[in-house]
Amino acid sequence: MTAILKLDGLSKAFGAVKVAEGQSYEVQEGEALGVIGPNGAGKTSMFNLITGTLAPDAGRVIFNGQDVTAMSAAKRCRAGIARSFQVPQPFSGMTVFENAMIAATQAADLRGAEAERHCLQVLEQTGLLPKANTLAGSLTLLERKRLELTRALCAKPKLLLLDEIAGGLTEGECVSLVQTIRDIHASGVTIIWIEHVVHALLAVVDRLIVIDFGKKIAEGEPRAIMDSPEVKEIYLGIEADA
Amino acid sequence: MNLSDYTVTRTSPAARAAAALGAIVLIALIAAPWWAGRADMRLMSELFLYLALASLWNLMAGYAGLVSVGQQAYVGFGGYMLFALTIFGGLHPIAAIVVAGLLGALIAIPAAVLIFRLRGAYFAIGTWVVAEVFRLSFAQVSALGGGSGSSLPVGIVKSLASGRSARESLSYWLALGSAVLVIAAVYLFLRSRRGLALTAIRDNELAAGSLGIDIWRTKFAVYVVTAALTSLAGALIFLQKLRISPDAAFSVNDWTAFVIFIVVIGGIGTIEGPIIGTLIFFLLRETLADLGTIYLMVLGVVAIVVMLKAPKGVWGLIRARFDLQLFPLGYRVVRHISKKDT
Repeated sequence: MTAILKLDGLSKAFGAVKVAEGQSYEVQEGEALGVIGPNGAGKTSMFNLITGTLAPDAGRVIFNGQDVTAMSAAKRCRAGIARSFQVPQPFSGMTVFENAMIAATQAADLRGAEAERHCLQVLEQTGLLPKANTLAGSLTLLERKRLELTRALCAKPKLLLLDEIAGGLTEGECVSLVQTIRDIHASGVTIIWIEHVVHALLAVVDRLIVIDFGKKIAEGEPRAIMDSPEVKEIYLGIEADA
Repeated sequence: MNLSDYTVTRTSPAARAAAALGAIVLIALIAAPWWAGRADMRLMSELFLYLALASLWNLMAGYAGLVSVGQQAYVGFGGYMLFALTIFGGLHPIAAIVVAGLLGALIAIPAAVLIFRLRGAYFAIGTWVVAEVFRLSFAQVSALGGGSGSSLPVGIVKSLASGRSARESLSYWLALGSAVLVIAAVYLFLRSRRGLALTAIRDNELAAGSLGIDIWRTKFAVYVVTAALTSLAGALIFLQKLRISPDAAFSVNDWTAFVIFIVVIGGIGTIEGPIIGTLIFFLLRETLADLGTIYLMVLGVVAIVVMLKAPKGVWGLIRARFDLQLFPLGYRVVRHISKKDT
């Protein structure tokens, strides 16, 4: 296996607030990596740094062996990094299908009938096909989250970044979402998934990292990480040496 | 569910009917020199040129989010280029109109690099400053009449066509042609892959950037192409007027305020909006213009009421009620009930 993504000493501060501090880790091709950490720990900021929505103060992002630190978000997406937004960002005045078509034509560079076919396939996979002609602005929150996933998949990513897409789902919806993400992973897409719904996360990921105050504080096998004193301290307020 | 039951279409019965009706109206308009009076043709020419300006401003503001209050820069620039190229360059007026458009694109490039550093309200003010710089610059050119302006020499006007009615017909067709050209260009562009990118930018820049769309380049292209076509329309406007002065050429009222009124009333961010808006504007103007300042106050009140009650304009109201799209830009997924045992 080779590393598809490598973060090398990535740091970013807004004034006194450090959202990323010397983050370094690698993600192997075909891996599914989970990211946990308390609210405000810098998880979404880390995604913004990887996708190019934020420029780091220091450090490098290496994707597919290429230094993409100076690349725009648009170029990184065309290179194969797609994401879903934690707060859905639909193209409200366009239909669900048109939202998908934007990803297929702009990011994956598909044309005509090939793009349309790809979008229909993804919509079927994410369960939004019955809503294909609905304006994205009139979708429910859950549907908007699925649209985020749909658009990211229509971009034909090599690396898929998922930002809290399981939050607020019912148990049944969560099970089907987990299955969808497993299928995506099985098709060879590398996944980094930020999620508070830990049992959904653990059903998919091979490895877990924990972030707090912009720093990576733990990394390893998911079960072991969940049982580690650092995580218990963060999530349950139990003192590490208690 | 079987995916082969689904097909994607980009047209609709309403759009086909609109296209047929549009073709009939267009043929009637082309034939206007044979059925319309001189005054009517002048009025329609003016209407077509406003329609072109409004469609262009709508592309910039309604789709690319570039709210410019300085498009008079290019109207005036195009007008002055027509005068300069015909008087000093010896070009035929029609060739001069085309060259004016190309020069408009050329001058828009440095202007865009400069004002694209500004955002939102600052961008709007920046465009106005650019227009004022253009106005003051052309007022310095004494060969073009300086601050008091100049008239198009009779010889150049006569070179357009022999005979007054032939000239008037040609000038009318040029105005009609420019409106058709602009609407067709906007429509074909918005239907294209790049147009889909622009529509995405209209709705959500953050998501557009994250889906591989180069926002700066898309907006830059829209600005430059809009400038070119606005210059072309400007050259045509002053071919109709036959006289140019800095104040008339770079009037923010005539070439931007009225144009914004048209787009806002009709429905910003749609192709249909500027068409409806232009018709409403001319209807109001022709019925109320005798009232002087009261006419402008009525325009203001209409604009405020529409912005408050129907922020998507008249076309927005119609579309919300009937789910219509006369210019089919979108995609529609259609499910066919598969025939069994056949």
